Amino acid sequence: MRYIRVVKDRTARHLMLGIALFSLLLLLVIGITLLFKALPIMREKSLGTLLTSGNWKPFKGDFGFYPFIISTLYVSAIAIIIALPLSLLTSIYLNTYATKGIRKIFEPVIDLLSGIPPVIYGVWGSLAIVPLIAEKISPHFVEFSSGYSVLAGGLVLAIMILPLLVSILTEVFRSIPKEMTDASLAMGATKWQTVKKVILRKSLTGIIAAIVLSVSRAFGETIAVLMVCGNIPLIPKSVFDACYPLPALIANNYGEMMSMPGYESALMLGAFLLFFIILIFNAVSRLTLNQIENRYSL
Amino acid sequence: MKAKKTEELIFKTFMIISSIIIISILFYIIGTIIYKGLPALDIDMLTKIPGGGFFLGKEGGVLNAIVGSLYIILGSLVIGLAISVPLVIYINFYLPKKSWLATLVRFSFDILFGVPSIVYGAFGFALMIFLGIRASLLGGIIAIALLIMPIMMRSFDEVAKLLSRDLPDALLSLGATRYEMAKVIIKQLMPGLVTAILLSVGRGIGDAAAVLFTAGYTDNIPTSLGQPAATLPLSIFFQLGSPVEEVQNRAYASAAILTLVILILSLSARYFSSKYQKNKI
Amino acid sequence: MMNFGVVRTSSTLEEIQSNSYLRKVESSHTINIKNLNVFIEEHHILKDINLSIPDKSITCIIGPSGCGKSTLLKTLNRMHDETPEVRISGEVIVDEENIYGVNVNVIDIRKKMGLLAQRPCPLPMSIFDNVAYGPRIHGLKRRKAINQTVIQYLQYVGLWDEVRGRVRSSPTRLSIGQQQRLCLARGLAIEPEYILGDEATSALDPISTKKIEELFIKLKEKYSIILVTHTLRQARRIADWVVFMYMGEIIEAGKTEEFFNNPKNKLTREYLSGSFS
Repeated sequence: MRYIRVVKDRTARHLMLGIALFSLLLLLVIGITLLFKALPIMREKSLGTLLTSGNWKPFKGDFGFYPFIISTLYVSAIAIIIALPLSLLTSIYLNTYATKGIRKIFEPVIDLLSGIPPVIYGVWGSLAIVPLIAEKISPHFVEFSSGYSVLAGGLVLAIMILPLLVSILTEVFRSIPKEMTDASLAMGATKWQTVKKVILRKSLTGIIAAIVLSVSRAFGETIAVLMVCGNIPLIPKSVFDACYPLPALIANNYGEMMSMPGYESALMLGAFLLFFIILIFNAVSRLTLNQIENRYSL
Repeated sequence: MKAKKTEELIFKTFMIISSIIIISILFYIIGTIIYKGLPALDIDMLTKIPGGGFFLGKEGGVLNAIVGSLYIILGSLVIGLAISVPLVIYINFYLPKKSWLATLVRFSFDILFGVPSIVYGAFGFALMIFLGIRASLLGGIIAIALLIMPIMMRSFDEVAKLLSRDLPDALLSLGATRYEMAKVIIKQLMPGLVTAILLSVGRGIGDAAAVLFTAGYTDNIPTSLGQPAATLPLSIFFQLGSPVEEVQNRAYASAAILTLVILILSLSARYFSSKYQKNKI
Repeated sequence: MMNFGVVRTSSTLEEIQSNSYLRKVESSHTINIKNLNVFIEEHHILKDINLSIPDKSITCIIGPSGCGKSTLLKTLNRMHDETPEVRISGEVIVDEENIYGVNVNVIDIRKKMGLLAQRPCPLPMSIFDNVAYGPRIHGLKRRKAINQTVIQYLQYVGLWDEVRGRVRSSPTRLSIGQQQRLCLARGLAIEPEYILGDEATSALDPISTKKIEELFIKLKEKYSIILVTHTLRQARRIADWVVFMYMGEIIEAGKTEEFFNNPKNKLTREYLSGSFS
């Protein structure tokens, strides 16, 4: 009886350790697999050419990633430019001014926004944002836009990264010790002065980490962006032009890629690039955020 | 003094406006989907698989996608739970409080959480080629399991971290083995586990990019792990791509179904987690 | 090297404030608390507090933990405004004005009350900017004037010589005692009329405690000082007046000598003899 208990305990312990080590290896396995798959194309052409060439002609064996990289950067930049002020103002409001009741209302709102699936954002984007851009916004600036554009992708992405930004920023602001804001208030500073001079200053690294994290989320978002950004492999000249971000490229071409030499490898290279950049961004910002969180907890 | 007040007032107004914008965006999205989707939603949508010429506007429903999504999420839940539950128990109650292994595991799951689903899809696809599996239910299950594992692990871990160490210590001092202790602890953490499951189901059921190459698509309901499986998000995606208006309307109806499912999942997750954390966003 | 303007080696408060950036009306600095009641949610924390706090002296509030002494102190600079669960009734009359009256600006009240918290809490900015924070938010703009103010208050708390070369660096590397003196300088730089201390020495070592206590004694020539303290010995050392609180009520208040040598209330006697704490 006693023997069985001990054996059970020991087996469980080893199994769990195994799982822990396996999970640590997972990142490595993903990275190596994708890299391995991307090797054939990298043997054919230098990484530099692949990244800076604007020619995407899979049938002729030209795989220039430049338009896709530019598109990804473009939509992500627009997304963060729109989402950052909104989320910064909102999370400051929730942390400093809002009553408990308002905070309570916001919790499920943020939950739901982050829970809505990308494909729904895509449907909504094509129903609401695309016509808005085609009919109301773009005529003021350019002759014609289908609405499926950099701006549409950026707007939809902005909304998709909002919940992430708000929840991380709220965490960051909350980690500021109350004594510190009290010290400022007790000297007769207004709330806004305290926000400007103490809270924002103190949370600068946290804010940057939150930005990096949400930019990396924007980099990898696929379906929603694919549904609203037009998918034309050219470098967009204005925000009303169509664009073609890297994840959309991978998603759109997976079916047919098996038939062409180099195509699969090129797309795997795209996936590897995404993985690698997002890995770095995530690692840096998570480390920063963990440090902030640990600074004040004992 | 006056300028100071005005500045504060202006910024406070901006803050309130942004908060209102964020709330109204949510209602706008849900409103649009429901408004467009409900009229096209009928009982056939839920109970029939696509008939012949479905993508030309003929009759049928999306039962294939609903069942496919259900199969995939159930399968990936089993895998996800089998890995994340022991893992969380191990790093919280087996390892010492300040263990580097626990820190490392948490950190790597933080990063896995950030890996986009398209990358999981590509990785799953590469893995399947390596193993000689075609796009199938099994492939979809593996890809979605990879996707939801970090979500499940992190949210279950949050709850486990909050449990005081008194209970485990008390159990151990009674002469229980750690394994026996773990069984009691899991019971204690049940509401947290339910939250973790609901969150992962929400994420897993709505994801399209990971199943795009791994699960394939079919008009039939799969009968074995080796057959391809349709999923709700992909059925929305494909139907919306059709030029036929009726098909597009059905895409909206499918979108409404998915949105309602997510709404229910998300609100019940909030309900369960509010039992644990009082003031967390 | 930056220009700090005219630097004198030591200055008295009179001298520093003779070039004050804010003209203020001299008056007798007294606080009268009348029928003060404080509730936090449903808990009655302070019950019918009536108290006068005299000018130019140190008043120590003592009592076991949880007796409401810190809550009482917070009513004086209206820091309870930051917690919506707190309800307050009654009057706190500072310089003939009820600070809980209708047309009172909370910022003016807080400017009048310099607070020294339990733990030193430097703001996330340089040593210099910490002291300059108050004058700046209250509208002092001229660099020379700011420099002068900062240096003088740093000198006043005896910190200037210790931090001279690194006033532009972060205060986090200062010792806890130095940080607390920095916070005192920061509080004085808003030119308050009262000084509140919330167990201001409880985190400090004996030598730093002694320095702060000496500063309090020096400061009482000019200010009324109200200290919440956790040690009876500190009250005996520096207080002119002692207020003893228990369970949200004032049990006994009086001159230090009399209070310690001839306590009138039974509870006070028990507390002083250490039968509860």
